[in-house]
Amino acid sequence: MTGTRTIDVALSTSGLDAQGRPQRVPLAVDSAGNPVSVAPPPAMEPDYQGEHMLINIGPQHPATHGVLRLVLELDGETVVRCIPHIGYLHCGFEKIGEYRQYNQIIPWTDREDYLNSIGNNVAFALSAERLFGIDITPRCTVLRVIAAELSRIISHLVWLGTTCIDIGAFTPFLWAFQERENVYRLLENWVGARLTTSATRVGGMAADIPTGWVDQLRGFLTEFPRTIDEIDRMLTRNAIWVGRTVGLGAMSAEDAENYGLSGPMLRASGVAYDVRKDFPYLDYETYDFEVPVGTRGDVYDRFLVRMEEFRQSVRILEQAIDRLPDGPVNIDDPRVILPPKSKAMNEMESMIHHFKQVMEGPRPPIGEAYVAVESPKGEKGYYMVSDGTAKPVRWRIRPPSFVNLSAIPKLVEGHLLSDVIAINASIDIVMGEIDR
Amino acid sequence: MGLIARPDSTSAPTHAGPGGPTKVVSYQPQSSEGWVATKLDFLVNWGRANSLWPMPFGTACCAIEFMATAASKFDLARFGMERMSFSPRQADVLICAGRVPFKLAPIIRRIWQQMPQPKWCISMGACASSGGMFDNYAVVQGIDTIIPVDVYVPGCPPRPEGLIYGIRMLQEKVMRERLSDTTRLRREMDPDPSSRLFIPPPAIDELSEPFGNSVNQTRSAL
Amino acid sequence: MSTRLDTASETPTRIVYPGSADPSAPAPATPTRVPHRGGPENPSAAAIRTQFPDAVRRVDVVWAETTVVVPADRVLEIVRWLHDEPLHLYTYLSDVTAVEFRDPEEPLTVVWHLRSLAYRRFLRIKSELPPGAPLEVDSVWPVFKGADWLERECYDMFGIRFRGHPDLRRILMWEQYLEGFPLRKDFPLRGRFSRAEQLRQALAANPEARYSMEELSIADAFEDLPPAMRARLQGGEPTGE
Repeated sequence: MTGTRTIDVALSTSGLDAQGRPQRVPLAVDSAGNPVSVAPPPAMEPDYQGEHMLINIGPQHPATHGVLRLVLELDGETVVRCIPHIGYLHCGFEKIGEYRQYNQIIPWTDREDYLNSIGNNVAFALSAERLFGIDITPRCTVLRVIAAELSRIISHLVWLGTTCIDIGAFTPFLWAFQERENVYRLLENWVGARLTTSATRVGGMAADIPTGWVDQLRGFLTEFPRTIDEIDRMLTRNAIWVGRTVGLGAMSAEDAENYGLSGPMLRASGVAYDVRKDFPYLDYETYDFEVPVGTRGDVYDRFLVRMEEFRQSVRILEQAIDRLPDGPVNIDDPRVILPPKSKAMNEMESMIHHFKQVMEGPRPPIGEAYVAVESPKGEKGYYMVSDGTAKPVRWRIRPPSFVNLSAIPKLVEGHLLSDVIAINASIDIVMGEIDR
Repeated sequence: MGLIARPDSTSAPTHAGPGGPTKVVSYQPQSSEGWVATKLDFLVNWGRANSLWPMPFGTACCAIEFMATAASKFDLARFGMERMSFSPRQADVLICAGRVPFKLAPIIRRIWQQMPQPKWCISMGACASSGGMFDNYAVVQGIDTIIPVDVYVPGCPPRPEGLIYGIRMLQEKVMRERLSDTTRLRREMDPDPSSRLFIPPPAIDELSEPFGNSVNQTRSAL
Repeated sequence: MSTRLDTASETPTRIVYPGSADPSAPAPATPTRVPHRGGPENPSAAAIRTQFPDAVRRVDVVWAETTVVVPADRVLEIVRWLHDEPLHLYTYLSDVTAVEFRDPEEPLTVVWHLRSLAYRRFLRIKSELPPGAPLEVDSVWPVFKGADWLERECYDMFGIRFRGHPDLRRILMWEQYLEGFPLRKDFPLRGRFSRAEQLRQALAANPEARYSMEELSIADAFEDLPPAMRARLQGGEPTGE
């Protein structure tokens, strides 16, 4: 049978060739069972003269944080070269964005960086509102800050849990995911979903927070720092942890900037670039918070930067709760945002607006906009081009993990095989965002 | 009359199907199957069902919910599934959690082929079951086009309770298996052209042409 | 062979603070009431006009973002000048992408997003490739290493060739992908082939053909490999650098 590669082929032969050496299972066989050479692809593996070993990690692997494939050339246990292969989660997000109205794209932003779902919703809404020329209400601004910082916390919790597992500590994974459950309860009370929230709309939010939600958030903010302190006590001065992370995967500030790194990867290398401080949005310049910056750029510094970002996010959330103003969440523009159901069901004009918005969708003026936000992974932005129709001409996702991961060949060179896993974990990648 | 029951070709009832009369294999325990076989079935199935080692083929958001299901609040360990085997050679059930693009299709097929029998598959989430919201050039429209699936868990992503419901369904399916059932042993072969179920590739191509029932979804611009 | 201790820097890295080049500039603030057109122009756009007078086709300011449209063959020198020039210092490449419009008369536009961290500025450079012209443009990889994968993705999705790129091949789709370049407007959403054919081609892409452990890991058995496979292995797949 053509192309059968099952164990039947191997067992049908004696297993030894003419020289008595173990016979290779042929890659492809034709109908007669003869090996067929596969057409050589453009990129080829180098010629190994017997000294170096080729190791393939992935795409299915517990420690690659998704479907990433790393082909490593090893000299003993030291990495000589690393060739990453991505694209195993490419799902055509940007293509689909051209076939959906602006509000219909929001569920896609959830799934793309699925650890930062609600943060992506916020980023997309900001970009779309820039394209429409809309200023959102003060209440919506503060709610989006709350959403973005909660998103940062849960994304860093996944990073923490999975990095600990990769390096060998299993318990912080369970602690981190238990904290995630607490945030899930908050998000579920607000928007109805745990992970894929679709919480924002162009011009506002899908729903306002329910009564008592602020008290729940306060409760969370009281006990969450204790968990972070506990993890900190367990790891930061732990000899095993320090020994496994200090000095790994260091990157200088000039290189980091040149490679286009962003987020904790860049800040750990000593470049204090944070989109919230340098190109602010959502009134972040009015919040009192600090941006942790490392000095050596190794895995340990990235760990410290992210641990400190937990605390800074808690600080921002406390300020945001205190200043949450009353008022409407959505803007009062019926051409852009759906009218409240009570009006849509009772007034003719609102019903027409509702109908037009659902069937046609809001249409922005001709133009383009790019708004970047500081996602937990780095500088995230949506670049959208409009030709006046309800669906964008181009929806471009600027993926921080994609650009961060492109530096991995430089980061792992000269390190041991187990260090590759630690360095890969420290980059904090999400394959959904890399491959889109 | 031995312990193994075989469908008797002369006395088995037939059903007139589109390809001709097909034999109906009865799954009622035949009189030859004794108490020992039934208890052995129960013991084997109980052992298998309560120690299903999952192979989490997690790609996207569903993988995060799978991890949350395995974590403390929704604990998979109480079902015997806390030992995640990331090597397919040591796994019982492949849980495909997340969307599978075409580039990943040969990988998941290879992983499935590497799993030893008995093996099952849970397709977790809308994307693994049917392509989900990704009805485009890049995503496999359901992993059941590549590997045989036992349980489909809908949701985007399914709640941990939903995944646990799906796992319980799989456990019940495992409990209903019988050692005497020879069709249980799956043969990993390419399609057999002489089988009545075989549809020739040109006919498949015609059936699966990119045609959408929702024109709105595939219409760019207005 | 360096060990990991050698790669760590011995002395602490100097910290780079954005905005340090212009301390007198006003503190950045959230933009409100952004005008559609006619907003403040980035001073670097005027500087490019002065330095390269024949290269600037037009300058747009849309939603307070400045766009400079330049010819495809001048992009590398302009980007390099912006990177090196002490008054502008666009040392951060945010994105390289392309836009194809629905109107077939419109040119296919390649877009570069540059940031100057020292001056806290954002600039968009565009290059328009008219319909019918070959889709080729200079690669900015000599200036920005981060352009490597971004340009590969642009090639994969649009078919734009970047001259001077060290290793231009597909990155998101598999390398033998036959359907074309997905983000082009003439590429249908569901692809060109039937679902069954797409699946057949995907399964035949044979990702293990070059990397399977049973063929490659036993290095001293290299001579036992079939000659076709040996020929395939004798080549070079350069790394991301």
